[in-house]
Amino acid sequence: MTFGTPEMLAVLPELVVMGMALGLLVLDLYLRPDQRGITFALAVATLAVAAVLAAVLVPGEARTLLNGQFLHDRLGAVLKVFLLGGTALALIYGRRPLQRLAMYRGELFILMLLASAGMMLMASAGTLLMAYLGLELMSLSLYTMIAMDRDSIPATEGAVKYFLLGSLASGILLYGLSLVFGASGSLALDEIAAHAARAGVSDPLLVLGGVFVAIGLAFKLGAVPFHMWIPDVYHGSPSPVTVVLASTSKLAAFALLMRLLVGGLGPMAEQWQVIAGALAVLSLVVGNVVAIAQTAIKRMLAYSAIAHVGFLLIGLASAPTSGYMAPVLYMLLYTLMGAAAFGIVSMLDRDEAPARTIDDFAGLSRTHPWTAFLMLILMFALAGVPPTGGFMAKLYVFQAAVEADLVWLAVFGVLMAVIGAFYYLRVVKAMYFDPPERTLGPVGDRVAQGAVSVNALAVLGLGILPGPLVELSLFAVAGI
Amino acid sequence: METLYLLIPLASLVGALGAGTTVASVREIGHRWAIPGVAVSFLLSLVVLADVLAGHTFNGAVYTWGAIGGLELEVGLLIDRLTAVMMAVVTFVSLAVHVYTIGYMHGDPGYNRFFAYIAGFTFFMLMLVMANNFLVLFFGWEGVGLVSYLLIGFWYTRESAIAASLKAFLVNRLGDIGFVLGLGAIYATLGTLAYEPVFARAGELASSTIAVLPGMPWSVASFAAIALFVGAMAKSAQIPLHVWLPDSMEGPTPISALIHAATMVTAGVFMLARLSPLYEQSLAALSLVLVVGALTALALGLVALVQHDIKRVIAYSTISQLGYMVVAMGISAYAAGIFHLMTHAFFKALLFLAAGSAIHAVADEQDMRRMGGLARHMPVTHWTFLIGALALCGIWPFAGYYSKDTIIEAAALSAIPGAGFAYWATLIGVGITAVYTFRMYFLTFHGPERMDAETRAHLHESARVITWPLVVLAVPSLLAGFFLLEPVVFGGYFGSSLFVAEGRDVLGELAHHHGGWGQYLPLALALAGVGLAYYLYMVRRDLPARLAAASGPAYSALVAKLGFDRLFEGWLAGAGRGLGRALWRGGDEHLIDGLAVNGTAGRVAAAAARLRGIQSGYVYHYAFSMLIGVFALVSWFFLA
Repeated sequence: MTFGTPEMLAVLPELVVMGMALGLLVLDLYLRPDQRGITFALAVATLAVAAVLAAVLVPGEARTLLNGQFLHDRLGAVLKVFLLGGTALALIYGRRPLQRLAMYRGELFILMLLASAGMMLMASAGTLLMAYLGLELMSLSLYTMIAMDRDSIPATEGAVKYFLLGSLASGILLYGLSLVFGASGSLALDEIAAHAARAGVSDPLLVLGGVFVAIGLAFKLGAVPFHMWIPDVYHGSPSPVTVVLASTSKLAAFALLMRLLVGGLGPMAEQWQVIAGALAVLSLVVGNVVAIAQTAIKRMLAYSAIAHVGFLLIGLASAPTSGYMAPVLYMLLYTLMGAAAFGIVSMLDRDEAPARTIDDFAGLSRTHPWTAFLMLILMFALAGVPPTGGFMAKLYVFQAAVEADLVWLAVFGVLMAVIGAFYYLRVVKAMYFDPPERTLGPVGDRVAQGAVSVNALAVLGLGILPGPLVELSLFAVAGI
Repeated sequence: METLYLLIPLASLVGALGAGTTVASVREIGHRWAIPGVAVSFLLSLVVLADVLAGHTFNGAVYTWGAIGGLELEVGLLIDRLTAVMMAVVTFVSLAVHVYTIGYMHGDPGYNRFFAYIAGFTFFMLMLVMANNFLVLFFGWEGVGLVSYLLIGFWYTRESAIAASLKAFLVNRLGDIGFVLGLGAIYATLGTLAYEPVFARAGELASSTIAVLPGMPWSVASFAAIALFVGAMAKSAQIPLHVWLPDSMEGPTPISALIHAATMVTAGVFMLARLSPLYEQSLAALSLVLVVGALTALALGLVALVQHDIKRVIAYSTISQLGYMVVAMGISAYAAGIFHLMTHAFFKALLFLAAGSAIHAVADEQDMRRMGGLARHMPVTHWTFLIGALALCGIWPFAGYYSKDTIIEAAALSAIPGAGFAYWATLIGVGITAVYTFRMYFLTFHGPERMDAETRAHLHESARVITWPLVVLAVPSLLAGFFLLEPVVFGGYFGSSLFVAEGRDVLGELAHHHGGWGQYLPLALALAGVGLAYYLYMVRRDLPARLAAASGPAYSALVAKLGFDRLFEGWLAGAGRGLGRALWRGGDEHLIDGLAVNGTAGRVAAAAARLRGIQSGYVYHYAFSMLIGVFALVSWFFLA
């Protein structure tokens, strides 16, 4: 193994995050409780610096480094920028809510950094081993973060459920990985891809392994029928952690999927395409339909997340024919939308009058016109109403499906989007047409308010000027 | 330069959004955003005009908004001589109206909202004229329509204002059907919506056919041109889609000046000129344009004779003058039409604003029978109104004389079917214009003061912020024709931005044949009209009533606005409502609502409730569902 400058430069963002996680672990011990802001600021700064580094160090062409463990390419760089940026946003949004939950502690920031490191490894994994390590690093950090709200029964319940089911899914994934390893005789993704191209469908071991891997990934993404944990966990988790769960951990799962299914088992696209299509239909139906029956805002958004996975899977099912730009674009935009929507919900979450149900948003436009306007943008974006970014994301996914001769899937997706509009508009109706019942106050500080405004307006702006993000997505998938 | 082009509409947009943020404020601060925004647009438009005169044009995409199949949805700008002149006119009038509004809307609770709307209107109008493809044109087209709707219903507590705004909206929807059909025909034939390729391949449009009714093939060029003209008819208030414009006077006066006289209603005319390469391909379309314009010019001028509401007189006059512009388009005298559009924008905005000033003075009374003698109390308003009136009638040397007479003379030379009718209609229209304009002038500013004592005691000239825009607009109303006619209409100013087919260049012909007794006829008629108005409304005040009584059915037909409102409200709307009711009761309530909408919604809700039940909360249920999933997928792969 060589540890030259180019290798070190390539993994510099990971090193920064890991190093700072360890550094903060020590530093935090020497800080008084009222100096916790230092840890907070350092954690945010670390994520920001690492995001900038990932953007600066983007390679011209893909390289595998460190004995093939680490894949340094454009897709990884783009995903990492969003992963780190999204997590930084989640931390910024979460400051006040965390203080109220008595979770504003050094451990949380360290866990956040470790989870980010796991996500980055998922995005850059060159071997099955690295991919699995990344996934576990992220998942274990998330379990712990959810459980940190120890006195809350829903949080504890969510953490336990997430842990148990996550372990089951990890087991399935690991089993699939070992089958793939057994079939191809290698842990390196490029060698697995070469074997799959040679043996392909005729190797039952590889097919079985592929199915199990796909199921493990479907769990992490939250596709039906592997979605059951999502509503309970999103609902039970402390809201600032839900932001991470809903936005960046999703993106990380998507990154892992890109690595394993596209990078490793790409030659078997015909097989997993079918799985993606079937799961897309199920996710769209269950996500959209059940969301209608929800009264709790976080549960509603959780089902909406399931529905969005359905749309993403439409893009994936068509991607082998029409390109990976559409799903990447969809996921990047969803990360932005999810972070902002859950961010606003988490900020409105206060002890005196927690924003638990949709009715709690009644009259928000009168008490907090700006926040209500931001939420309006986000609801429209999630529903896919032009000119928001959500519309563009859906448009490209449907277009991809049409190009891939999956017109029926596109039509189905559009129909489901219509059903989906109902529950998003219900929030808008509550905010703008219902009289205020309780006094809700955003508890986010100025910085959080500003950040969420920028985040939500970016969602709107990317619908009016979609060019940059489309270019970025094309740039990311250029090597595939 | 490209950034600068983009900055012009964006400055107005920023002004509108900025003013929008002040809507909730009780302080009158909307103009602090809107006026600088529009002023920047105006100044930059002048820069662009100078630049275009130096020979620089631009045609390119700013960015691609999206791509669907082969259709690139681009936001693109086309800056040429036609665009530059429209931009300058639009922003100039808009700026004058903005300043005027400070005074006029003072004290209105919707002050800030009003500024947000009119600055937004300026943005949409600029997008409309600066478009380089049909989609951006459509964007601007719908945008100005939306703002017009919002502004007609600005005083939304008045029932009549809401009815008027709805009427404007619905009539414009009718036009939009035509507009969209035209776009569709062009896209279906050529596969593109950008101006440049469409114009370059306009010949193809003429040679390909489309069967609108089965078995009746029709040239696509004719179909598209006529369909688009239906859109223009609604926007530019041509018979029979003009019915919304008189009612739109329910909006505040500055709006009547800016939107319903100077700019938005001329959008249809502008579109005809912009699409001249398309219209030149179809004699049928040109002929239709010509006849509709001539009918409008004549008939609505007649209706103006019997109106009592000062704003309605000007509104009917606007429709009539739009008819002149449309006639100019029909006889391929595009430059003359745009020139009339320009001078009309100045003097009609002036007339509206001056009328608004007078209305304000008599405690918001719009009925001319309760005005009179205002000249003594409001010298600036009076003199500027007189300049506007003279320009409207076409008295030498005011702007309207040059622009209107050019159209009439060009009509005399045109060989397009219907041109003969158009010549006589526009010629007689001149006399009528003079009568109604000076009837209005004398009734408002001269004769006995017919307002009540309370109002009379408070008569005074309006504030400077109101009179200054009047003076500013009076200058081009007076001078624009004298100085600009030769270079703009005959000097080939528009160059390649307007296209005239071989053998139809009536303006080129006119430039050589300028002369003969015919050219003095319109002026003579105008003077006669002014004289008649003086006789009827200053000397023999009893005559008009007796004339009305004597003319019987003719008079009542005019009072009934030639029955167009009856046609729309009684018959069409009635039939529509009848059909609607039948479909609603039979189709909607039972089939769609009962079965489809509520039925589906009910089923979805029931499914939601049932599916929700699966989410039991027990981990072993969840794990079980996962395992079922694993089992199903694996067996699918190995059994299939």
